[in-house]
Amino acid sequence: MNTVVHSGAEGFLHRFEGLRARLPGQRLAWVQALREAAAEQFRVAGFPTRRVEAWKYTDLRPVSDAAFDEALTILGDGDTLPAPRGERRAVFVDGRFREELSQIEGASFAIGSLAEELPRLEGRLGALARPAEESLVALNTMLFEDGLLVTVPTGVAGGVLELCSLASRSERPSAFHPRHLIRLESGASLTIVEEASGPEDTRYLHNPVFEIELAEGAVLTHARIQREGVKGFQLGTVYARIEAGATYDNFTLNAGARLVRNEIHAVLAGPKSACHMNGAQLLRAGQHADTTTVLDHAAPDCASRQTYKTVLQGKSRGVFQGKIHVHQVAQRTDGYQMNQALLLSPDAEIDSKPQLEIYADDVKCSHGATVGALDADQLFYLRARGIPEAKARSILVEAFLQEAIEGVTDETARAALESAVAGWWEKEAA
Amino acid sequence: MLRIEGLTAEVDGKPILKGIDLEVPAGEVHAIMGPNGSGKSTLSYVLAGREGYEVTGGSATLNGVDLLGMEPEERAAAGVFLAFQYPVELPGVGNANFLRTALNAIRRGKGESELDAMQFLKLARARLKELQMSEDMLKRGVNVGFSGGEKKRNEVLQMALLRPSLAILDETDSGLDIDALKIVADGVNALRAPDFSALVITHYQRLLDYIVPDKVHVLMQGRIVQTGGPELAKQLEASGYASVQAAA
Repeated sequence: MNTVVHSGAEGFLHRFEGLRARLPGQRLAWVQALREAAAEQFRVAGFPTRRVEAWKYTDLRPVSDAAFDEALTILGDGDTLPAPRGERRAVFVDGRFREELSQIEGASFAIGSLAEELPRLEGRLGALARPAEESLVALNTMLFEDGLLVTVPTGVAGGVLELCSLASRSERPSAFHPRHLIRLESGASLTIVEEASGPEDTRYLHNPVFEIELAEGAVLTHARIQREGVKGFQLGTVYARIEAGATYDNFTLNAGARLVRNEIHAVLAGPKSACHMNGAQLLRAGQHADTTTVLDHAAPDCASRQTYKTVLQGKSRGVFQGKIHVHQVAQRTDGYQMNQALLLSPDAEIDSKPQLEIYADDVKCSHGATVGALDADQLFYLRARGIPEAKARSILVEAFLQEAIEGVTDETARAALESAVAGWWEKEAA
Repeated sequence: MLRIEGLTAEVDGKPILKGIDLEVPAGEVHAIMGPNGSGKSTLSYVLAGREGYEVTGGSATLNGVDLLGMEPEERAAAGVFLAFQYPVELPGVGNANFLRTALNAIRRGKGESELDAMQFLKLARARLKELQMSEDMLKRGVNVGFSGGEKKRNEVLQMALLRPSLAILDETDSGLDIDALKIVADGVNALRAPDFSALVITHYQRLLDYIVPDKVHVLMQGRIVQTGGPELAKQLEASGYASVQAAA
């Protein structure tokens, strides 16, 4: 028996021991088996350290050194939900579905709480997640309590669904690990606008895992706005499996949290499917944001597009790791990856690691990375037209981000992202 | 009026302007001609306030206001407009939004009310028509994918909207065909008024056939070596700068 227990893992393992009889699905043998296996995996692997290649640039010690309690949800006056952007929203507070805050009636598809539907999810929950490879996913599997469950039936246009995740204010650090399952049947479509937020004065860990299945010809737009509180940590993992002719369009805006990891594993599993993974990271002093994407081209004639932009102020650090794996079968792959950083401070740091592994011979694949400061000629041009320096700088930063945001074709999603970026700037100017 | 006295400036520690004295009375258009490297562009950047151009002596005032102590945006609000030799491309910044932001910044600086989107559009359309420019220009990114001629016309459009009291045209004729040159010249001529003056910087006489200056100054090695009427430009065209150098 392996007796190595890594720093930071003990608290969560201990918590699992105490909670296991009360966690959802404790009477379901398959859920129990998943949790037990995940607990063993997490016990062995612990929190990833920088010795692990995939975590070379992100140090999780601020998370593993903290002691987190189970979230005791108390919503206070200061905890506010974002203004509604569509007809339907699902609200989660500390990772638990809150029906009274949600608006899910009248939808042409099923929206609900994962915890309630658990008995019917055998084979679906865990179909894509890989706790053996990603130990934070093991942590999620061990301790998940709830999550969003969405199934859009064949041919149904689901419209816009908001997913609001709120952390409540608490005196002791708390952690929650929601598991969200999204499935679009053949030809179905849906736009999810996700917004994660929390109080500025509370230390918490939000560790969500998404399992997204897109059947033939389905189209999912997934706009993610991460504006967790400045003491919060978000370590999120998205798994997406994209069947023939389907499209997954992910945009992630990282504009909050002390430390965030946005990890996406997408598989283009059927011919002529498409995956867009775009994003922007807006960082102030003291923040760390890591976007890590792993894209598998596992079928012929698929297209992928990735554009990530990072803006760094003060002593902040941004990370982009993007791996594209083109399997031998994936002929006529069209892949593109671009990662650009704008350093507004000499103290900021960006680490960029693109990786292409190509095993097919008829492939169009390109990638690039740039790092720079604001262009002095552009700045002078704006100022010579009477635009004050601070405004000129903000115009140029927004223009830098625009290229990534304009790729989002869904208008509601794009508007939400644009207003979140504008909100970040207003706070910056204040 | 623009008044420059004993102006000296250097770039990277190298003296470029070595004592410029120049007056452009309100309502007049003056041309500055000179060979490459004589300091023409340096003079325009120094007046507009570009970083890296260090003033080491002398003064420059516009209607009695000291320009040299001001930020570039403050000079713009005070009425200075530099039409760039190489207008900068701003990908991701819409031309309409840029023009309105600039116009409102200048209006604010002058204590005038800002224009809303509709008011601005009405004004911009009128100016576009005068300049024989397509409204399509408003929808594109600032100077992005513009031809050389379109970029220069966009400079003139900005000038027509911002209505400066001093326009500095830095080699605006470079890269223009004759049709574009006429449109640009018409744009400048349309602004001529008792409270408007312009400094037209050019290497060639060609532009001055269309924007007829009140005076022509010859700049060589950082100093103005000769001043005359429009006929001086024609003379330079015929005999070259070497003849001036020999005389100076």
